[in-house]
Amino acid sequence: MLDDVSLVVDAGRSVCILGRSGTGKSVTLKHIVGLLRPDAGNVLIEGEDITDLSGRDLSRVRQRIGFLFQNAALFDSIGVGENVAFPLRRHSKLKDEEIRSRARHLLAQVGLEREYDKMPADLSGGMRKRAGLARALALEPAILLADEPSAGLDPVTAGEIDALLVTLKKQSNTTLVVVTHNIPSARTIGDELVFLHEARIIAQGTPEALDRSDIPLVRQFMTSEGGG
Amino acid sequence: MRFLELVGDAARFTGRVILESVRPPYEVRETLRQLFELGCRSVPLIAASGFAVGIVLSMHTRASLARFGAEALIPAGLAIALVRETGPLTAGLLLSGRIGAGIGAELGAMKVTEQIDALEATAVDSFRFLVVTRVIACVIALPLLTSLMNFTGMFGGYVAETTITGTPFQTYFRQAFSAIEFSDLIPATLKTTVFGFIIATVSSYLGVNTTRGTEGVGQASTKSVVTSSILLIAVNVLLVRIIFFFYPV
Repeated sequence: MLDDVSLVVDAGRSVCILGRSGTGKSVTLKHIVGLLRPDAGNVLIEGEDITDLSGRDLSRVRQRIGFLFQNAALFDSIGVGENVAFPLRRHSKLKDEEIRSRARHLLAQVGLEREYDKMPADLSGGMRKRAGLARALALEPAILLADEPSAGLDPVTAGEIDALLVTLKKQSNTTLVVVTHNIPSARTIGDELVFLHEARIIAQGTPEALDRSDIPLVRQFMTSEGGG
Repeated sequence: MRFLELVGDAARFTGRVILESVRPPYEVRETLRQLFELGCRSVPLIAASGFAVGIVLSMHTRASLARFGAEALIPAGLAIALVRETGPLTAGLLLSGRIGAGIGAELGAMKVTEQIDALEATAVDSFRFLVVTRVIACVIALPLLTSLMNFTGMFGGYVAETTITGTPFQTYFRQAFSAIEFSDLIPATLKTTVFGFIIATVSSYLGVNTTRGTEGVGQASTKSVVTSSILLIAVNVLLVRIIFFFYPV
């Protein structure tokens, strides 16, 4: 799914991965968090090689990474609030009341403060995506991986999510790696854009640099207002 | 070749289940939750089925023993038949349907919706959390549910018998329990721990390896029932042989 992909993301920076469907964008994110292992090469997180890590060592690294899945991947046997609280219940020593309070605060940040007691099946796709983002932020991760965070959202809500991600980066120095089709979002969030095509990186640079790319496909992508 | 790969993969999965079941850390809370979901929620099915089986078995036993004028042996005959084989096997097959289908479908749905990946990404060992907890819960639940089936079966037999002969409750159960020995009850009940292991392991394996979306989930659920039932019946033959080796007639 990926061919000779080499990507470096500096701490506190944000990188947006663009490309047509099926080019390996989500696969890239899954390699970063260790859900997939490369056939060759290494994955380093904050200088630590996680390529062959497993068990407690991998768990320790993953606690510093928040992951928003393309379809949110909420646990459908528990409520929305408990989904967001889940990482805190597993990995923090906070009391139950504090966990609930933090979960409510996270849901409020994504505009879902009233959905705490609902089940994931009761939410729209966009709302599930926002709940997934709240869960990904529960442990205040140093690195946030987001697979199409604004997909399925209306333009206003998508803008709010973009602003939240930018604020995270500025205030908490969170490193962002975001897969998106939404060029305006990419321009807002990304310090650097990476363009994947047929499993390879064909362009990499600031949004302005990609606007001037020699590659027609990249220029076509950058001039589109599509996505979401 | 594909079949051999499948067998190898399943064997590796089973080995991992055994290893992870005995190594800490243990997911105690989740295991207890699964024990409630898989065990306690199966009580109505097992109790009702046991009662019905007991009635039917009593009627057949009466029909057979009446030919030899041995109706007095009905409580004992029914108790031995239930405890030695009918109870454990019937409970196992019923639960391979209820529990096996449930685990296969639930884990299959989690797989196709990336919930298992989400667990891993949240730094939770999904194998321990999802598979090992269910296996331990089933290994504990099966003998308990089998005992329930045996008891409700004997009660069903009592109801059938007292309707015809008016046998008092105490008399019936004294005759029934006096016929049961250690070698009848304990090995047959303990063999259901193996049934529980088979049901949970097979359906978990099929569930976490689900592909092809909702169609795959349905197939995982069906295959869980069929495969665990067939394995259960086959392994039962071996287990009975072993029991007879240690406790010859």
